[in-house]
Parts: sequence; structure tokens; C-alpha cells
Amino acid sequence: MELCELTGNELLKKMEKKEISSEEIVRSVYNRINQVENKLHSFVTLTEEEASLQARNIDGNMRKGESRGLLAGIPVAIKDNMCIKNVKTTCSSHILENFISPYEATVVKKLRDAGAVFIGKTNMDEFAMGSSTENSYFGITRNPWDLDYIPGGSSGGSATAVASDETILAIGSDTGGSIRQPAACCGVVGLKPTYGRVSRYGLVAFASSLDQIGPFGKDVEDVALLMNVISGYDENDSTSVNVEVPDFTKSLIENVKGAKIGIPREYFVEGLDGEVERAVKEAIELLEKLGAKTLQISLPHTEYGVAVYYLIAPSEASANLARYDGVRYGYRSPETENLLEEYEKTRGEGFGAEVKRRIMLGTYALSSGYYDAYYLKAQKVRTLIKKDFDEAFQKVDVIVTPTAPTTAFKIGEKVDDPLQMYLSDIFTISANLAGIPGISLPCGFSKKGLPIGLQLLAKPFDEEVLLRIAYTYEKNTDWHKRKPAL
Amino acid sequence: MAEYETVIGLEVHVQLKTKSKLFCGCSTEFGAPPNTHTCPVCTGMPGVLPVVNRQAVEYAIKSALALNCEVPSRSIFARKNYFYPDLPKNYQISQYEQPLAQNGYLEIGTDSAKKRVGIARINLEEDAGKLLHNIGSREIDGSLVDFNRCGVPLLEIVSSPDIKSPEEAYTYLTTLKNILRYLEVSDCDMEKGSLRCDANVSVRLVGKKELGVKAEVKNMNSFRAIQKALEYEVTRQIKALESEERIVQETRLWDEKKERTYSMRSKEEAHDYRYFPEPDLVPLVAEKKRIENIRKTISELPDMRRQRFIKEYKLSQYDAGVLTSDKALADYFEQVVKSYNNPKMVTNWVMVELLGRLNTVNKQVRESPVSPGQLADLLKLMDKGIISGKIAKTVFEEMFNTGKNPQAIVQEQKLVQITDEKEISRIVEEVLKENPDAVEEYGKGKQKAIGHLVGQVMRKTQGKANPQLVNKILKERLLKK
Amino acid sequence: MITKKEVEYVARLARLKLTEEEKEKYTKQLGDILEYINKLNELDTEKVEPTSHVLRLSNVFREDKVRPSLKQEEILANAPEVEASHFKVKKVIE
Ligand SMILES: [Zn+2]
Repeated sequence: MELCELTGNELLKKMEKKEISSEEIVRSVYNRINQVENKLHSFVTLTEEEASLQARNIDGNMRKGESRGLLAGIPVAIKDNMCIKNVKTTCSSHILENFISPYEATVVKKLRDAGAVFIGKTNMDEFAMGSSTENSYFGITRNPWDLDYIPGGSSGGSATAVASDETILAIGSDTGGSIRQPAACCGVVGLKPTYGRVSRYGLVAFASSLDQIGPFGKDVEDVALLMNVISGYDENDSTSVNVEVPDFTKSLIENVKGAKIGIPREYFVEGLDGEVERAVKEAIELLEKLGAKTLQISLPHTEYGVAVYYLIAPSEASANLARYDGVRYGYRSPETENLLEEYEKTRGEGFGAEVKRRIMLGTYALSSGYYDAYYLKAQKVRTLIKKDFDEAFQKVDVIVTPTAPTTAFKIGEKVDDPLQMYLSDIFTISANLAGIPGISLPCGFSKKGLPIGLQLLAKPFDEEVLLRIAYTYEKNTDWHKRKPAL
Repeated sequence: MAEYETVIGLEVHVQLKTKSKLFCGCSTEFGAPPNTHTCPVCTGMPGVLPVVNRQAVEYAIKSALALNCEVPSRSIFARKNYFYPDLPKNYQISQYEQPLAQNGYLEIGTDSAKKRVGIARINLEEDAGKLLHNIGSREIDGSLVDFNRCGVPLLEIVSSPDIKSPEEAYTYLTTLKNILRYLEVSDCDMEKGSLRCDANVSVRLVGKKELGVKAEVKNMNSFRAIQKALEYEVTRQIKALESEERIVQETRLWDEKKERTYSMRSKEEAHDYRYFPEPDLVPLVAEKKRIENIRKTISELPDMRRQRFIKEYKLSQYDAGVLTSDKALADYFEQVVKSYNNPKMVTNWVMVELLGRLNTVNKQVRESPVSPGQLADLLKLMDKGIISGKIAKTVFEEMFNTGKNPQAIVQEQKLVQITDEKEISRIVEEVLKENPDAVEEYGKGKQKAIGHLVGQVMRKTQGKANPQLVNKILKERLLKK
Repeated sequence: MITKKEVEYVARLARLKLTEEEKEKYTKQLGDILEYINKLNELDTEKVEPTSHVLRLSNVFREDKVRPSLKQEEILANAPEVEASHFKVKKVIE
């Protein structure tokens, strides 16, 4: 077995026993990248030299017996919308193709301080807008379980890299499901923390009130480990919350006895793929068998989630993406006559189709005469959706749903039908609107061999209950141990 | 000719005197090399987030209270979206719904003719960068952007359309500036750009209810320019109405050299700022207790101080008004009075000598080369009779030019007053001898002739002789004749 | 739902140069999306407060302390065009 196939926690134990070095792990990961990256295209930028140097430094420090961070020597891939100082941050966009960040995201700084080794920047839908990683200026990423299928999105590169052992751990961002849905598509574990749990400073904003950074891992334990490193208040982010961060690995207890699990009827309706439904129901039965109590609940405004999301997110995005104008950094259209044209051509040429579509939608929703009918209306329905969850969590500890209505779809299948593409986020979007945490973990495979994801949702700042139930489920199944044949 | 009335509303932007910017830690210092007080936050790099400067909010609330505004318990920031190269994010973090303060007023004019101008709202927002179109005299084939100023906290103070004349607009601005300076929240220096003002102006027939079509006038760089631009606009609009031309709602720029406004036709689109609540920032909540604590930090405001000056120092309305029209001047006055307790005398010296000299060299009170202590010392020398009033003026001139202490100047230049009666008698004898005509005239009853003789004595002593003694000795001597 | 003229207006507001083909496509696609979004009108939200933020935070401040800025060359490093230590753009006409 190659080192790259192990989990972060397994590698840390081996390093502790001095059986292996970080340099060996990094070499193993890069060997794997050299083997499969041309098939998958998980990365936009690889930083092998810096990674090797980092690994050697950490090995040196460990030999000297210096104190080690929680992730000392473990490879982590970073989605290309988070800034690593002096490394390109492209957001998979032409408009930021050559942008080299002069500063570091808080999450990256925390990972660096914990001894993580940065393998590279992963591919994504341009500016995190998409559910398939097909909207990348640098080309699509393929699903390691079947190369004709999408890996999910927008953090498709991070999910693929973890699933195919091109990295040990990865970081993604989730605005409407962008961690959980690709985790489901690729058969790995992905967690979207509570809004405010992880600092957004240095995460290139898509929709500020919805964006949240989170971890990918091969199992729940690795995800808990990453949560310990990246969580916490940051004075550079006014929306990060100053609450105590628990030791998440302590919540990894194999016990769900008495846990109350809600099953929302609105998630098991027409449009849900039969294989997905069966797998999720079997997972629920297993949890019951392990001692959890299940009850039917209702989240009555679920069906409005997509409509609310596709007003709020594009509106915020239309302002967030206004800064890409070719004045201070990024692409600038080469031949223009005047300032207006300089702006319009730079942005017209620099952004891809989906990004432009959403900027248009958001600009329209905020424009004079439409604000009340669209943006304000969406904010009000958002209140109703949040209330649904508040009420549900009075009765249950977690809510169980499928992560996505189907397994991964074929590359190109929904490219020309944005609305159908948007509807594939239907089960993940509400968690972002309500600001609550959610996790996706493997719970089966379709006949075609594509992974199926189980989503657990909890009340704000209760990631611990998610981790405990996910961990218990995982300990009693072996879906997460399967590897794609590449 | 029909009678028209003018309706003016002013939008004033003042920079708050914080050390660091509104949303990042960059310095607000004026005059640094371009793009050196800049960081990822204030240049709008991908991924950055704003964090509000506490001091800026407190200055804003303090200003709002001094302007008699309501400070709602909750206010929020909003994004104002428009593309401009001096605006890095291409949105400005400002306020829209739920501003920091609203419904206040400012009292302008004197006690006999007081008037309230409404303050509709006060917003806290970030300043934009600076555009350069030429380097020195060299024209550039583009525009250059410096973001040093970008993100400096601004207070946007929007008046109600209560101002009825360009002159009233001038008074409003000087009063507002004075208050903000008293609060020490802003320098309000138009030359350095720490105060800027745009004006909305329209005219209508007297008695008409609905407002006329307004023009927004921009690009004025002094209060006088604002007054002139408004005067020009009012005349232009009345002329247009008289000749039955249509007035269009537009932005007009003031041309300082030609003393006229012209239409900014290049504006190719209507404003559609797409305001929405800033999701990167959380609401500002002003608890009652915090507001009261801030209220306590408000020192005496100009009007209160003026009243006090009249009562405490027995000054005239006019003198008290001039002295308190500038906080620095009023502070100066009070410091002099503290060590030389003769308010009337100090008033004369400060208003005539000090302000006169400062005016001719175009300096502010706080740049005065003569400190309040030095002026007090000078007045004491005069009081003790060491120098005469006339000599004191010479000494003051020297102090102003060199910054030296009055004692030193008096010694160096041997300006000590001659009070020795023998010495004066000797000079009087000389003068009487040299001016027999005047002596004769005096003898014939022409009292005035004595003035000439006194002048001669003073000339001989370079003004150092004690004038009272000279008078006394001369009279005694002439009577003996 | 949305006209081509509105698409052009919005594209100008957003400073996006669109080809004729894109204008046609977006007119259709945005129309479809807005039609879907109109399902929100089924809900009576008259008495519902809007949520712009899920957090219950307020008054998050930093103290008024000067922190080091970036070096001039770091700020300008990514600029497409620089002159005399300034960012340079096409002439702004006022
Ligand atoms: Zn800054």
C-alpha cells in the first residue's frame, strides 16, 4: 500500500513512530499525481518544490524534537479561491489567471502554523459558481469513479484529489453545497461548518452571507482533525463568531443511542433518484439499528430554497465580482478605446458564461424598481427557511437527507440548461441559507458504480453531533474504504 | 419681474480624524508617496474583508449628537455600486436604509436672526482614492490612481432643502465646520480635501408648492466658491425660467476661473446604485449608555462658548462672535487671559494685531509664531510701564517675525521706556528751545500745539519716553513760562 | 419576463460586453430562471422580517491603531499598467 492511500490520522501515527517522513508522504502523493492527474485534472497549480521544501523543514524540526503542529507534515490541497501568499489564486478564471496573492488567507495561515504541506491549488467552477467543475477556464475535472462523469462542484478538484489519493486532505468552500455535493459525487467526506465558524478572510468572495470554508477527508476522523485546525474567531473577519472551539476529535464516539434523527418529508419526493433513495433509507435503518430514534419532520419551505438562493447569491456576487476590472490586478483587455470599453471588454472577455449569467441575474435583481420584488422578497423567504430549521431542531438533534437528488451526472449533460443545473443543489442550499452545518459522507454506490452521499444537518455550532453520528455510521460501514480504479 | 425663491440643500463630506482607515489599519496621514498607505483591504484585493474602526463610529456619533440628530439604536452599512477607477471594489461601503443618524438640525445666524437648517441624515462611509490626470504640467495619456486616501472614514452630512440663499449656504458651512472643529473630529480643511461639498439648488416662483427642477453643483474648492457657484446657478435658473426654457435635472461643475457652472454632459447613464445591506459587516448597535458616554465627551460648542465669553469676560456680541468662530482662536484667547487677566485688552490685541498679522501672511491661528504665553508677557511689560503701547506694537511685530520672547527683544533693542523725570525734563527743554513757534501758539491758547511738542519728544526718544510723563512735564514747564 | 433591452441595460450596469449571441441567450435563460423564481410570490411575506445575515452579531470593531501597509511594489506588483507608482487606466473624462 502506498502512503498516499492512507488517511491523515494514519500517517500522523506512522510519523509519530518515526516509521516515515513527511518527505516520503509528499513524494508518494506527487507520484500519484504524476500517474493520474492527466486523466483527472484536479489541480490548477501544483507547488511541488515548495511542498518538498516544507516537508524537509518539518522533518528537520521533528528530528530536532521541536513541537509539532496538529498536521505536521501532512499534505493538504487548497481550493484555488483561497489565497496562499506568493502563489497564484485564479478562482479558475481567465480574469485572475496571473494574480499572485500578496497576502495569506487566515485558513491557510492556520494550516501552515499546524505544519500542513501545501500540495497545490485545486480546480473549481469559476468563482465557485457551478455544481460540476465544468465552468473552469482551465478545463474540466473528471470524476475518478467514471471519467465520463462530473466530480460535482464547485470544489470538484478538492473532492477528486482526495478521492484519487492525489492528496491526503483538502480544503473547499461551500456556498450552496460546493463541498457536500462533490464529496457525495466522489465518495469522500466533506463538511460545511456553521456560518461564522471558520474565517472567510482570504477566501475569494462569491456570496458573502453564504460562503463558508470547510474540510474534505477520506474519513470522518480526518475531517474532524481539519476542523480542529481551521475553526475559530478571526479579528479580520467581522462575521466570524467568537465562540469556543471544541476538540472535534473528542466527538468521535461510536454511539448514536438515543440520538434523535429527523427525516424531512420534503426531501423524499419526486425527482429523487431511486438508487439514491434506497441507499439513504438503508443508512437511516442502520442508524436506527444502532440505537438512534428517527422521526418524520417537515421543512415546509424547502421547495423555495433554490429560488431564494438564486436571488441572494447572484446579487451578492454581482457586487463581490465588480472589483475584477483590470485596474489593480488580473486580466485587462488589450485593445480598447476608452475607459468604459476597457471595463466592459475586460469583464466580458475575462469572465466565463456562468459567471456572467449570475452577475447579470444579480445586477437585475438589485436594480432600480426590482429590489423589493426580488432581493427583499428572497431575504424574507430566507427567514422562513431558517425558521423551519429552528423549529425542527427543537425536536431533533440532526436531520438526515440525501446530499444530492442523483449521483454524478454526465459531463456536458446540463451545461446548456442552467436551471436544471441549479436544481441539482436543491438539498444542500438550505443549509447555507440557514447558516447551519452539514456533512456529506458515502452511503453506497449506484449500479454504475458511482458514489452516493448521505447528508446530515445540525443546528448552528453543533458540528460535534454531526461528527459523532457520521463517525458511528462510518464505523459500521465500509463505503469510505472503497477506492476508484484509475 | 416675477419673484423667485431659492431652495438649496448641501451634501457635505468630512474626513474623520482617525489614525487608521475605516476598514483597515493603513494610516490616514496626508501627503505620503502614492500607494504606500495601502494594503489588500483598501485596494480591494480578492478575498479581503472590512472591519470597522471603533473610533470612527464614536466620532460619527459625537458629531451626530452635536448636530441634534437622533441616533437610532441600530444602523447598518450598505454597498453602493458603481464603477469608477478610484473605487477599488467598484462599490463603496456606505449607508442607505438605517443610517447612523437622522432628523437633526443646525442653528445658524446671530442671536437676533437665528434659523434652523435641518440635517436629514448622517452616513458613515469610506473615501475613494485619488485620480491624477497629469504629472506637474505633463499631460498623461490616461489617468493615474493613488489609493492612499481610499478607505479614510468620511461623514456624509446631508442637509434638508432649508437653505434659502447662497449666503445662507455660506453661513451654514462655516457654522458646521466650526462645530466639527470644536468636536475635534475633523480638520475640515478644504485645501487638503478633508471637507468637500456638493450642492443641490433649484428656484421656484414664490408661493409655488412643488420644488423646481434641481441641479447638482460640484467641484467647488472653497466656501466662497460654493457661494459664488450657487449665486451663478440661481441667476442662470431664473433666466432660464424667465425665457421659458426647460431646466433639466443634471450635474453641473463649477469652473473657478471662468466663474460659471457647466453641464457634465459626459454622464452616459442614469444612476442605479443597487444599494443592498453589506453582508461582510454586522449591524452597529448604539446602546443608550454608550450614547450618553459619548455625549459626555462633547466639550463646549461654539454657541455656548460665545455666550460664556459675553458673560464671563464682558465682551461685546461682535467680539465674542469673532473669537469663538474658530476653536483655535478661542483657545488662544483664553490662554492669554489666563496669564494676563484683562480680557478687553487681550481681545483688542488678539483681534487687531494677531489676526491682522496672520491674515497678511495667510496663516492659521494654530500656526501663529507668537504663543499665547508670549503675548501675555508682552502685555505685562506694557502694563508695568516697561514699554509703551506704541513700542509694544513694534515688539509684537518683531515677535511675529522671529518668534523671540518680548523681554529679549526689549533688551536687545534697548526699548525700555524712559521714566526718569530728569531725563525727560532735559529733552523737553531741548524741544522747547527748538520749537519757539509752537510754544508761542500754546501761549496764545492753542491747546493743540502741545500735541506737536509731545510728538517731538517721542521722536527724540524713539518713542521710548513715557507719554504720560512727557505730557505732565511739558504742561508744567509751559505753565511756568 | 425580461427583454433584450433590459439585458442590455443590466449588462451596461455590470460593465459586461456581451455579443449579440450572448444577449439572445441570456434573455432566454434569465427569463426562464426569473419565471422559476416567481414561485416565491406564492408566499405571503407581508409580516416577515428579511434576513440579510443569519448571525446575531453586532458592534464588531477594531481599535484605531495603524498597522503596517504593504510595500508600494507589492501593491503594484499585479497591476496591468503602472506609471509613476500609480495604477494607470484609460483617461477618465469628467
Ligand atoms: Zn489598507
